[in-house]
Amino acid sequence: MHTPTRTPRHSIYYTYRVFAPWLPSAHPAQTRQKAVIVGAGPAGMVAAMELARHGVPCVVLNAELQVSQGSRAIVFTRRSMEILQQFGVADRITANGLPWRFGNSFYRGQRVFRMEAPHDQDDRFFPMINLQQQYLEEYMLDALLANPLIDFRWGNKVTAVEQRDGCARLDIDTPEGSYMLDADWVVAADGGRSGIRAALKLQMEGASYEGLFVIADIRIDLPLPTERLAFFDPDWNPGNTILMHREPHGIWRVDYQLPAGESPDAALRPESLRARIDAQLAMIGHAGTPWEMDWCSVYSARALTLPDYVHGNILFTGDAAHLLPIFGVRGANTGFQDAQSLGWQLAFVIKGLAGTALLANHSAERVGAAREIIDEAGKSTRFMTPPTHGFQLLRDAVLSLSLSQQFVRPLYHWRTSRPHEYTRSALNSHGDDNALFKAGPAHGAPPQNVRLGADDFLLDHLGGGFDLLYFSAAAAVPEALQQVVADARARGIPLHVIAIGAAQPVAGADQTLPDTDGHCRRRYGVAASGGAYLLRPDQHICARWLTLDATRLQAALNTALPR
Amino acid sequence: MTAPASISIPDLETVYDHLATAIDRAGPQKTELFLVKLALLNANALGDAGLFLQNIHAALQDL
Repeated sequence: MHTPTRTPRHSIYYTYRVFAPWLPSAHPAQTRQKAVIVGAGPAGMVAAMELARHGVPCVVLNAELQVSQGSRAIVFTRRSMEILQQFGVADRITANGLPWRFGNSFYRGQRVFRMEAPHDQDDRFFPMINLQQQYLEEYMLDALLANPLIDFRWGNKVTAVEQRDGCARLDIDTPEGSYMLDADWVVAADGGRSGIRAALKLQMEGASYEGLFVIADIRIDLPLPTERLAFFDPDWNPGNTILMHREPHGIWRVDYQLPAGESPDAALRPESLRARIDAQLAMIGHAGTPWEMDWCSVYSARALTLPDYVHGNILFTGDAAHLLPIFGVRGANTGFQDAQSLGWQLAFVIKGLAGTALLANHSAERVGAAREIIDEAGKSTRFMTPPTHGFQLLRDAVLSLSLSQQFVRPLYHWRTSRPHEYTRSALNSHGDDNALFKAGPAHGAPPQNVRLGADDFLLDHLGGGFDLLYFSAAAAVPEALQQVVADARARGIPLHVIAIGAAQPVAGADQTLPDTDGHCRRRYGVAASGGAYLLRPDQHICARWLTLDATRLQAALNTALPR
Repeated sequence: MTAPASISIPDLETVYDHLATAIDRAGPQKTELFLVKLALLNANALGDAGLFLQNIHAALQDL
């Protein structure tokens, strides 16, 4: 019998709400589901919302009765916000989070590097915003629970999974005993310690690093701005690294690396935590400032991915699919992109709008993203926690040189999470004009946001299906193009036409954006009327034309939805 | 093809003496750190990763 705790988790700033378990006896016999999502962390919830957005119902299984313990992921990137905006939760994050764009690296009391993340006038969201994961999960949960297509089941723990005859059968334990649930598709979003990954005996590829970090959230009043702070090789923790981030509600995240050989149990002893946090506060000039512990944990840096995210009728996503070093805020932020990619492509397969080749494409795109992240994160991790004597010497030499030599300082900058560009996606059009553009987002790239007016941005108008951005000052979309759009819609393909550049509503377009000053055209590198971009349901570009014609639009749609 | 630039004998002797003296000044605990810093400074002065990799290869010979 699965007995998740009914006691609210401890927190000094967050009030946990405990939900009632979903019990099979209170519901009719279970029919076969189209999609079951195992896990209700950020990735599982985005997958559910994206499926629902395309009209596909799903069941979400959460083994617990409340949202996650501790602040966990606290930094969310601009692209994550652009994804969450599509589900209506970005405003609540903006209202409650702490935006930032500067990072500082210190060595021997000197600031040796300052990272400045660009913030374009055309961006609605800051490069980064800090918010504890409990709040993020709560906001997403509110959106999920309000969605009639999502059947959310608290206290349901998957204990076994079996695949046969194009179907997956789940054994699910609940506080009153177990039941079985059949599903055409199972999404394994069950986190870094994925039970489904283990049950399928799948091996991940990549590297694990030995350095252990303590992650501690404390409540303290520090007169410091919301900027990332990194301290290298301080006197109180020689050779190691300390990170600090401000969170809402007067909380600070303090991460510090442990001396080699120290066990996690020893590191989490209250007296050890107190001595080290006091030493860190003393080093930054705030010795004796009172503080209170909220939550602490230990982690190690790993850079691992499954080589394929599709296994029969089971699809892996988020941390269940890969484990990424946290330097560079790559966990949840990668998970949002994974899950949105999974959600729309699975929805289109379920609805019969594409064949399973689309799922193979999803896997190729996201494994490619994970490998790129692992490559970048490996560089950061080898600097933060040098794995060998040689890497240690080089890191120490760079620290020492950085006090006087400008040229080594950029090595302090670990690249932060950025959206992967699906440059070689199978969904990219072959016969379009991608290579002829001199500006604008290219094949596979996420869209460029554009400020249209006060509190009005281009991305506010996109999403939920394919978007055709048609740049024209004419009164109507050409008849032949309208016919291709009508035919696609008749087949069930959601396709939204946005005319950009006309003062009056354009016939054949769902929306018209005047773009009076031509700014949107310039950002998209469109010089003349008749240029166009085709965006996939995850907003990434799959085709663009200097002059669009009906034949090439049809070809691009065919390529984007392989049979 | 121009012959690769090389250091004159008197300059090489100067480098030899100064490097030896600097290693002694750094002391046995800091010799490695000092030499790695020096290598990075020289890599920056070279401005050529390929040439630096050749030098790494040459230095690894006959250890």
